[in-house]
Amino acid sequence: MLAGGQSLLPMLNLRLAEPAHLVDLGPIPDLGFVRRERDRLVVGATARQSAVEHSADVRALVPLLAEAVEHVAHPPIRHRGTVVGSIAHASAVAELPCAALALDARLTLLSADGVRTVDAEEFFTGPFSTVARSDEIVAQVEFPVAGPGTGQAWSEFSLRRGNFPVAGAAVSLTVADGRIVDVSIAVCGVADRPVRARAAEQVLRGAVADEETVERAAAATTSGLAPRAHGDLAAHILPVSAAPVPGWAYRASVARAQVRRAVTTALTRAGGTR
Amino acid sequence: MTATHEPAAPVGTDVDTDPATLHPITITVNGTEHRLRVEGRRLLVDVLRQDLRLTGTRTGCDQGVCGVCTVRLDGRTVRSCITLAVQADGADVRTIEGVAPDASTLHPIQQAFWEKQGLQCGFCTPGMVLRVQEILEENPTPTRAQVREGISSNLCRCTGYQFIVDAAIEAAAQMAEDGS
Repeated sequence: MLAGGQSLLPMLNLRLAEPAHLVDLGPIPDLGFVRRERDRLVVGATARQSAVEHSADVRALVPLLAEAVEHVAHPPIRHRGTVVGSIAHASAVAELPCAALALDARLTLLSADGVRTVDAEEFFTGPFSTVARSDEIVAQVEFPVAGPGTGQAWSEFSLRRGNFPVAGAAVSLTVADGRIVDVSIAVCGVADRPVRARAAEQVLRGAVADEETVERAAAATTSGLAPRAHGDLAAHILPVSAAPVPGWAYRASVARAQVRRAVTTALTRAGGTR
Repeated sequence: MTATHEPAAPVGTDVDTDPATLHPITITVNGTEHRLRVEGRRLLVDVLRQDLRLTGTRTGCDQGVCGVCTVRLDGRTVRSCITLAVQADGADVRTIEGVAPDASTLHPIQQAFWEKQGLQCGFCTPGMVLRVQEILEENPTPTRAQVREGISSNLCRCTGYQFIVDAAIEAAAQMAEDGS
């Protein structure tokens, strides 16, 4: 399946993928939408990343998505690449699958046999692997609209501007009466897929968010994750780069730092600037 | 919802599966309409360079990383090495050959690259010029930092980028003066 082709075409050029059939979703009308439906922002299969990036609606309704998409590669890539295509591609180090996981996004899978919906939590099964069958397309992804008192942030560190991050963190949290009443954190770059940082969430949930608590949450980010062998990590990222692949311990420390930064930013945003 | 991996239904015999099948496309390149028949797998950069003999657009990394294959597709910079020609069907394509106003006059951006030595080997230059053109259309008075950020999409192995930034700033000033 071809949407923008910014992940698939490099793989075809490098002969990492040799599909017998290639179906271009591009000419299908009415799949390029970005619209609000009640308490959800819905992004269609062929909506370009640059359209989402520059949408005032997205920025106001799902600020984490707007911030994460800005970090995807460079503008010429975002002009072609699609939000849904990047999520469906399911890179373990990419921004948008991680943001979708933190936002509890819901994906609509469509085939000749019918329609089903899958939560982001269930969608990713490994590097470049999802529950979508080969006869299904991801027709749209729904993101919950941020409610009052909610602050969101994306933070990542990459070795060069526009590269995939070493690790990144997506945070959405809600503050009421000085306490964090709801929090969702996902990190990329430390496992074979984007993962929720449940232990970090648990530290923050119900807490008064002072600096020490944020620090403890950040430290807990990778506590439930098994260290990964270097060869596994290299296989998790698109194996096209000749650059050295940072090892797990470094990635884990970067992930913890990104969680600290993203939580701090999200708290500030929850506190009234929105 | 359970995770399942079921094999896809076999493709019917009515679907043409020959990769050599030619697909009719119409693309307008630098104002000239071309009706072509291309293989589905053919890259836009190869059609531009090999079929239309517009060799100003380069082939570099084939992965969308380096930016030397940059063209404007319906006004926006894209990587023509990771765009299939069939995806450009019906599109308006602008290449470096379409930037200068005529055969003996450089565009102000090209002139600035010339004057500020914004190139050495020249391999990245077509992509750089097209990207700088887009950056200046979006923001006619960028700071050096904004230019630097903007051209981070394109790699140059010679200049260290400083002279390219100089050229972009010079071009912005010149274009403001020209009112273009």
